[in-house]
Amino acid sequence: MSVAHSRLRYGITTAVAWSLAILVFFPIFWMMITSFKTEEQAYQLSVIFQPTLQSFREVFARSDYLSFAGNSIAISLGVTLLSLLLAIPAAYSMAFFPGPRTQKILLWMMSTKMMPSVGVLLPVYLLWKNSGLLDTVSGLIIIYTLINLPIAVWMAFTYFCEVPKEILEAARIDGANTWQEIFHLLLPMSLPGLASTGLLLLILSWNEAFWSINLSSSHAAPLTVFIASYSSPEGLFWAKLSAASLLAVAPIMVLGWLAQKQLVRGLTFGAVK
Amino acid sequence: MASVNLRNVSKRYGDNPEVMRDINLDIQDGEFVVFVGPSGCGKSTLLRMIAGLEDISGGDLLIGDDRMNTVPPAKRGIAMVFQSYALYPHMSLYDNMAFGLKLAGKSKSEIDAAVRKAASILHIDHLLDRKPKALSGGQRQRVAIGRAITREPKVFLFDEPLSNLDAALRVKMRLEFSRLHQDLKTTMIYVTHDQVEAMTLADKIVVLSAGRIEQVGSPKTLYHHPANRFVAGFIGSPKMNFIDGTVSAIDAETVTVQINNGGLQQVCVAARGIQPGDKVCIGVRPEYLQLDSDHPVIKATVSTVEGLGDFSYIYAASASAEEPLISRIPDTLEVADGSQIGFSIKPHHCHLFDSQGEAMPRTTPPTQH
Ligand SMILES: Nc1ncnc2c1ncn2[C@@H]1O[C@H](COP(=O)(O)OP(=O)(O)OP(=O)(O)O)[C@@H](O)[C@H]1O
Ligand SMILES: [Mg+2]
Repeated sequence: MSVAHSRLRYGITTAVAWSLAILVFFPIFWMMITSFKTEEQAYQLSVIFQPTLQSFREVFARSDYLSFAGNSIAISLGVTLLSLLLAIPAAYSMAFFPGPRTQKILLWMMSTKMMPSVGVLLPVYLLWKNSGLLDTVSGLIIIYTLINLPIAVWMAFTYFCEVPKEILEAARIDGANTWQEIFHLLLPMSLPGLASTGLLLLILSWNEAFWSINLSSSHAAPLTVFIASYSSPEGLFWAKLSAASLLAVAPIMVLGWLAQKQLVRGLTFGAVK
Repeated sequence: MASVNLRNVSKRYGDNPEVMRDINLDIQDGEFVVFVGPSGCGKSTLLRMIAGLEDISGGDLLIGDDRMNTVPPAKRGIAMVFQSYALYPHMSLYDNMAFGLKLAGKSKSEIDAAVRKAASILHIDHLLDRKPKALSGGQRQRVAIGRAITREPKVFLFDEPLSNLDAALRVKMRLEFSRLHQDLKTTMIYVTHDQVEAMTLADKIVVLSAGRIEQVGSPKTLYHHPANRFVAGFIGSPKMNFIDGTVSAIDAETVTVQINNGGLQQVCVAARGIQPGDKVCIGVRPEYLQLDSDHPVIKATVSTVEGLGDFSYIYAASASAEEPLISRIPDTLEVADGSQIGFSIKPHHCHLFDSQGEAMPRTTPPTQH
């Protein structure tokens, strides 16, 4: 009876999980198919067709994919490094030397994520324009870092909280200064967590579209701008749009897939312990 | 090698009220000192202030002849072993023990010699390549001690180092601590909850309660001459019995007490600040509370008998005491649950406490039978 019951439950959970996975994956799957169709075929729902690389050829001919991709890589790596560089010391002090307001600061930082970005678009645009940061890679790195820093600090903070305080105290007695504590102990001990923080930052900044579209046009434009350039003015070209999108998301999807174990482990670190 | 002196030391966390105050303590060079006291009384706080892991809010800490209040932990000449071992999980045992020396910029050969020496003292030579994860609790504890030894400290600090080990291993490690102290002859300060550890290891026990020192003395002194009711109740297991009464007469070397709902009991103490008619409390250890059906001074009803082999403990409810009386009797005596019994006490086995809980000085050597 209870075996049958738990089987049934297992069956239902599996079905729900699969449905969700398919629901999430379907648009990506459809995009992949469409990118190998011609523009005419793109309007048909059929999944049986003669695959062609025509859209990809046109996309490559029309725009400089490598320049967009290069910007995406530079920006993502820059954001990831800069965010970690700022988040680690911040999280260190919050985790190991908390003051009476530490919790409030953490919550406040997170609350900034709830504000719609468009609410500050105008001031940010003007600031960036006046300081010559518009359409520069560093300008995008700065804004993305600002956006993602709360997540980075929060995650690093959670991982640091898992490190027993006494281990750092033992190191202090052994003569380690703050930097030695961080480099010899804290970083190696929370490496899995920090690695997934880094991965998440990489993915988030790769996928960020709102600010890149508004703050860059050509020179510093990353792949999100590249996709967007296929969507509007001359009408809809589904096949080319799909090909461009596939080219844009492919690198990060491969990376995500390679690192999925690491990501899951890092993100559930606190939960399972 | 160094003495440790605390002068009027106090501690407060943030804006909270003081958790420790007026701590005055002199620890001689080479002494083994044990801090005991109930949970939350400030043992760890005191140890951590000596280590430099907590700020000292007031007063002075001297190690050797130097004031250490603001000296960083690594420069105080101390080493600490934590209850949780606090090993560096990503380093091999060798690196765990070598870490401090590496930071101090010692040469490779010096480090190697120090680590190997500590490892051989603690019999962990064969484990040096392992990570802490791959060790048993007892082995981890040894590594933690080894790490402390390689620092060649002037003072060792131990915060409940054995409390995570099982009973058998605890006994074994206790003996090792004692051997270690004989070998190294270094000053050691040791925090524990365990009576037996305190009694067997200490040259000097410091009893703390609610952030104050209640008494400092050798294990024998604390056992036979507790300064107050708190220390009397805290040292010794099972606990000392406390029997309520009223002073009825005072002589030069004895006080006679009328026990509540009981008889007259002579107590060999010198009266200090008490007068006939004052409420007092007689203290007597379980081994000295004797079954006596002929001339009992206290009557009681047996509630439980615990047989432990050579002897048994009787727990008995009495109208003369708030808590059940505990008496140790030879195993050959048979006592049934629920039976009515009487106790008597020899005058020189009694302690006497005034209504404030302060002890009267005893006038007869306690070991006399
Ligand atoms: N970081 C802190 N902030 C505020 N109060 C603290 C802090 N650490 C300890 N205390 C308080 O100081 C007092 C002494 O604590 P301490 O840890 O020294 O006790 P302890 O004697 O070691 O207890 P235990 O036997 O349980 O280890 C306690 O009342 C405790 O609540
Ligand atoms: Mg403690």
